[in-house]
Amino acid sequence: MTYIAKPRVFHPSLDKNELGLTRRDYEGVMSTLCAGCGHDSVTAALIEAAWELAIPTHRAAKMSGIGCSSKTTAYFMSESHGFNSVHGRMPSVASGANAANRDLVYIGVSGDGDSLSIGLGQLCHAVRRNLNLLYIIENNGVYGLTKGQFSASADMGSKSKRGVPNEQPPIDPALLGLSIGATFVARGFSGDKNQLVPIIKAGIRHPGLALVDVISPCVTFNDHVGSTKSYAYTREHFREAVEAAFVAPKDFVPPADEITADIRSADVRDVPMHDGSVIRFRQVEGDYDATDRDAVYGYLRERQNAGEVPTGLLYVDPESRDLHDVLGTVDRPLWNLPFEELCPGADALDALMENYR
Amino acid sequence: MGGMKTDRVNDFALKIGTVNGTGSASANGLIMQSIFRMGVPVSGKNVFPSNIQGLPTWYEIRVNGSGHVARTPDFDLIVAMNPETYARDIEELVPGGWLLYDSSWPMADTLRREEVIFLGVPLAEMCVKAFDGGRTRILMKNIAYTGALAALLDIDMAVIRGLLEETFGEQKRHLLEANFEAIRLGYDYAAENFECPLPIRLEGMDATRESILIDGNTAAALGCVYAGATVAAWYPITPSTSLVDAFTAYCRRLRVEEETGRSRAAILQAEDELAAAGITIGAGWAGARAFTATSGAGISLMTEFIGLAYYAEVPCVFFDVERVGPSTGMPTRTQQGDILLCAYASHGDTKHVCLYPKDPAECFEFSVQAFDLAERFQTPVFVLSDLDIGMNDWVVPRFRWDDEYRPDRGKVLDAEALAEIETFYRYLDVDRDGIPYRTIPGEDPKGAYFTRGSGHTKYGKYTEDPDEYQEVVDRIAEKIDRAAEAVPRPEIRTRPDARYGLVTLGGCDGAVREAIERMEAEDGIRLDYMRIRGFPFAPEVGGFIEAHDLNIVIEQNRDAQLKSLLTLETPASKERLTSVLRYGGLPLSARHVIAGVKDRLGLAAETAEGVSA
Repeated sequence: MTYIAKPRVFHPSLDKNELGLTRRDYEGVMSTLCAGCGHDSVTAALIEAAWELAIPTHRAAKMSGIGCSSKTTAYFMSESHGFNSVHGRMPSVASGANAANRDLVYIGVSGDGDSLSIGLGQLCHAVRRNLNLLYIIENNGVYGLTKGQFSASADMGSKSKRGVPNEQPPIDPALLGLSIGATFVARGFSGDKNQLVPIIKAGIRHPGLALVDVISPCVTFNDHVGSTKSYAYTREHFREAVEAAFVAPKDFVPPADEITADIRSADVRDVPMHDGSVIRFRQVEGDYDATDRDAVYGYLRERQNAGEVPTGLLYVDPESRDLHDVLGTVDRPLWNLPFEELCPGADALDALMENYR
Repeated sequence: MGGMKTDRVNDFALKIGTVNGTGSASANGLIMQSIFRMGVPVSGKNVFPSNIQGLPTWYEIRVNGSGHVARTPDFDLIVAMNPETYARDIEELVPGGWLLYDSSWPMADTLRREEVIFLGVPLAEMCVKAFDGGRTRILMKNIAYTGALAALLDIDMAVIRGLLEETFGEQKRHLLEANFEAIRLGYDYAAENFECPLPIRLEGMDATRESILIDGNTAAALGCVYAGATVAAWYPITPSTSLVDAFTAYCRRLRVEEETGRSRAAILQAEDELAAAGITIGAGWAGARAFTATSGAGISLMTEFIGLAYYAEVPCVFFDVERVGPSTGMPTRTQQGDILLCAYASHGDTKHVCLYPKDPAECFEFSVQAFDLAERFQTPVFVLSDLDIGMNDWVVPRFRWDDEYRPDRGKVLDAEALAEIETFYRYLDVDRDGIPYRTIPGEDPKGAYFTRGSGHTKYGKYTEDPDEYQEVVDRIAEKIDRAAEAVPRPEIRTRPDARYGLVTLGGCDGAVREAIERMEAEDGIRLDYMRIRGFPFAPEVGGFIEAHDLNIVIEQNRDAQLKSLLTLETPASKERLTSVLRYGGLPLSARHVIAGVKDRLGLAAETAEGVSA
């Protein structure tokens, strides 16, 4: 209920990050989603990740389209700018914002209807453009606000609340992303915050588009027996392919109370990123290589055919070149360049006119 | 030789019919530019097919010492290089006109028309003898007719030579010589075989010294550079593509950071027009001066986003280079068919600021103004040009720039300003002028707000409350109404004792003003003139209409869109308005205006019939 104001009285012993902010400072208005909605857990993971990374709240921009998932950008980081745009079009609005100001942290939240049906083209082209954006798809296989129609991510044979099976093949955002050159592909589960938070942190720091598919069950329309996007089904078929942790650059001061011990095993591989940060992988599967696109693609196909939901930070391209690298734009944000640098002036125009004689 | 009895110096029209993709564009451009360099007012209209190679294409040149260079359908000379269109080309000549054709092959007798003089030049034959290689021979054949025209029309050969030297330079001297040789072949043949020059001919003037030859898309792109635009998003579509192409070329030249070689602009080719609009709006929201360029079909696709920008109050600029609709229509022909579409684009109650340039000079000027208006009123602004203005070369006064100009960023609160206030609310009408304050994302925590296309209160919060919703949309309506005072004022020209007014917009200007002069000179009809340059309409617009018994609205669409807009948006009574409409896809000509106006005034319109083309 948005009209219920959240109490702003904090316990003095709340943990603070390097900016002296508590997790509460990263919260938003009260969620209006159904009690138990997976999306609220994703919101919580986003708050945790942003707090741990100590992102100055006003330096983040929350981008979304339309749908239950897109509403959630109001539920975290209320001191950040947010843009709840049109259905399926978040990627283009985010692209423009990023083109104008490359220095903000862009957090895009979308859903399976928003991204895989009406906005499928926009998703694909944002992936190809590789703008620096965390792109979360809160994936529940149904349209919630319009009361339970199948979305494009619904699995073959998955049953609606009324028991009707879906008979169209699903679009899998992870496989799709891999096939069109995504430089960061992950899948999480709203019910596993320990896995999701490091993925989000790595995604935020990834210099390019980080595509994060989060299975986020809809308690009202898609959490019944026969659904393949329910809590129970996802828990049962959940398979962690690779365990990932985000290790900040050396000059990065960790939160006052570092809670993530990150990787629990000695058997790790570090993939360094351009900004000095490191993504630390531990293969859960024998020879899983999160930097080998084709192998990851093959693995996902194989496990999904076996009825599993493979999860983790599945793929990362350490050589990712983002939108601005490709366009060759200046380091400074374009919106704020001094006018003198943009306008060639009267003399230049006079000279230019000679070309049109 | 027969033909016209009297000399028509610097007052004639010619048309060149060729096959698309045979290099005729350079030859035609050369003729047009040579005439311009001779100081004579001239226009060139490219009438081309939606095709890459093989279909017929025409180039129309009108020369007029008095400066009347709107399109005319009355051709004195036609260069027929495409046998497929011989019949049609011959048909379109005025009686006594000349047809220049390639006589390497005989012209069928059935095509002959008595009152036309046929000038056969064996262009292909001469070029086969002089040049090697099939492609070269075709290209040179088209260059060779330039030479024949030079002799027939008295185009200054030194000017032609000079232009070729500028084009090819020292590095490509062999090309220069080959081209000039072809021109010489045509020139010599015409000089030897015909009585040169013809009665229609050129004489050097000094009327273009302070002018340039430029198309509207290039001019608009240059305006974007000078206005400080840094983000452009687009999807290729004729006839707007060359606008972004020109912006890209200018940025490569004028927007490079010297130390790094990197660009001070981001140009994004989007996957479709929806995304192009989204990118533009996202960039405008983030503080950049951003634009997209498209045509009517693209505006149709963008309308959902346009409503968002209107309601969320995001500055952004849309260039609509109109072409013939509806649907795919005729993509390579001109029209003014998007007037209503742009004025009210999107669902729900929306209304948009529109600017209507008449030529490339105003494209340059208005594109700068469009960014200022977009930021001042925090709303989408449309610049509506059309294929004729956008893609054809026009002779216009040199562009000037005032170095004192600074962008009008409108009401933007920076960190310093935010520190002075208690709480920032995005949609609060603090100054009671309908325009709220905005902040740039990332500047200050106090300035953060949530932008949404859903119902919101003046405090920027989500709402479904009737009063809260209405309060915001009413304020936006008031804001847009205020833009009437800020858009370019109409151009009004009055004559003593004129009872009737002609009202028009955009590229109709030249034809309508020529018609007014001719009707006064030839028929003693005095007419007042108003060219509308912006929407919402400035107060003078309604005043002009009220001041005339009858106003004839001349525009290039079927449904009288400007007239409709005038009845909706001014207090003027419908009875005072009538229309003259041309919408077949070719630029307007004075002949059609005169016929239409006389008809509306109930006067004998001697040419009302048979005025098709």
